[in-house]
Amino acid sequence: MSLHRTAARADHAALVVEHLSKRFGDRVAFDDVSFEVGYGEVFGFLGPNGAGKTTTVRTLGTLIAPTSGSATVAGVPLSAANGPAIRARISIMPESPGLYLRLTVAENLRCFAGLYELDDIQERIDRALRAVKLLDRASDPCGSLSKGLRQRVGLARALLNDPAVLFLDEPTSGLDPVAAHDVHELIVSLREQGVTIFLTTHRLEEAERLCHRVAILNTSLRLVGRPDELHERLFNQALEVRVRGSLANPGSVFDGLPGVDAWELAGSGGYQLAVSEPELAAPAVARALVGAGADILSLAESRHSLEDIYLQLIDEDVEAKRR
Amino acid sequence: MSFSWTRVGAILVKELNDYRRNRFVMVFTMTILPLIFIAAPTVQLLSVPAAASSSKLDARIGLSLLYMLLIPAIVPSTLAAYSVIGEREQGTLEPILITPVRPEEFLIGKALAVVIPTLVVAYTLFGVFLALAALFAHHGIESAIFSGSHIPVQVAFTPLLAGWSIWVGIAISARSSDVRAAQQLSVLANIPPVAIVALMGFNVITPSTGLALGLAVALLAVDALGWRAVAAMFDRERLIAGARR
Repeated sequence: MSLHRTAARADHAALVVEHLSKRFGDRVAFDDVSFEVGYGEVFGFLGPNGAGKTTTVRTLGTLIAPTSGSATVAGVPLSAANGPAIRARISIMPESPGLYLRLTVAENLRCFAGLYELDDIQERIDRALRAVKLLDRASDPCGSLSKGLRQRVGLARALLNDPAVLFLDEPTSGLDPVAAHDVHELIVSLREQGVTIFLTTHRLEEAERLCHRVAILNTSLRLVGRPDELHERLFNQALEVRVRGSLANPGSVFDGLPGVDAWELAGSGGYQLAVSEPELAAPAVARALVGAGADILSLAESRHSLEDIYLQLIDEDVEAKRR
Repeated sequence: MSFSWTRVGAILVKELNDYRRNRFVMVFTMTILPLIFIAAPTVQLLSVPAAASSSKLDARIGLSLLYMLLIPAIVPSTLAAYSVIGEREQGTLEPILITPVRPEEFLIGKALAVVIPTLVVAYTLFGVFLALAALFAHHGIESAIFSGSHIPVQVAFTPLLAGWSIWVGIAISARSSDVRAAQQLSVLANIPPVAIVALMGFNVITPSTGLALGLAVALLAVDALGWRAVAAMFDRERLIAGARR
């Protein structure tokens, strides 16, 4: 039954991971991880250093054998025997691009095109270099390129075989903001082309900007969902109100308003309102404030960033370990 | 997916291109080191007096040819020892292993990339050595070298010793965690076959056709099975994560 379900889901999912675990002796790299990634989706895999992100990628890329659990990668069940078949369908760009620095950009790519047994190698190399805007640097030795450009060559290499799933492991790690922005632009462009991307990162703004869905891993999987869904799951919905001066009697303004569950002061002239339905509460709050003669400076739904969510979860883990 | 010579070729071409641009390999490993090995036997041979006894003549020729056999034994050992651990240390192993390449294909590509330049260098220098002997050595030495079994033995044992050196070097490289240690161990691992050849050269072991054939067959078996044995030792997980399953 479970096998049938997995097979059916594998038809429409680029990755199906079920209860996957990896231990190195007594050390748990990641434990009981389950998630799915659809074709064309950009899936962010977040977590602190040592959370098991890279080991998960290596396991799904058949470089490391799982201790338990199962997965289907690009439609192929994860197993040692299926290793070459899976690796032919995917690409992984490791954190460090690992280029042959004495070889030119084109020579590096030609080697990998041969390893994938690709046809029309030159055309593929040109296409991959064009995608990362490096066509004019094809004859340059990789050792002469900046770190950002090397990262782009690594990305071109990962695109050579038109992968069904592209794993990007910390693609902007160690890059300056301009180089990181360039890599982000490339990922956005790949996303627009419908490439399935599995992006591991600990840069939260990167995940929030680039990913359709994110998962937060801290050895075990803590949460999976769209960034906006995650706020709702983790934080109470709230309205933030700012008025000129401060209200003489805020209780008489906010208490009993439809949709408003509670309120608290948030600095001078600022109030944070816990609400059950922001669409119902916001107009009522605005009317009540105007009725009380307050000058409204701002009235907005409180937005928690992915960073808030991330920190909340990691703090919970730290607290749990302390207990 | 079956064994692919295309993937072997991709590794081979990449390696040869890398050697070509590597000044240390081109200048030291492929030029200076072999020249050192040819200088000593040439001097040995040319300095033999014309009136030397036949036993002294044999000893000098044996020693000279032993030096020549050090070229296929020593020259590839450092390159082979670098082949896997070197890729790991420079961070290029993981991108390679992420591709569909099989360990056997990777290892054969690496071995071919070492054996081809080694044989070119060893045979070229042996040719130079023979030319110098023909031109400058006195008649007794020249005829001893050219009429005996020295040339066929040298020609046959050069690839056999290179094969041993390469597979042992790659095996050490695949299990090692440090390039320098791998290279030192790899040089040491060449002592047994070179010692046997040396003992024959100095007549401590009486050279005979049977012994030479036996040694050749043993080396051939090691070379032929070497890649399978090394492929079995090739642990992708240990090389990537530095841990055993």
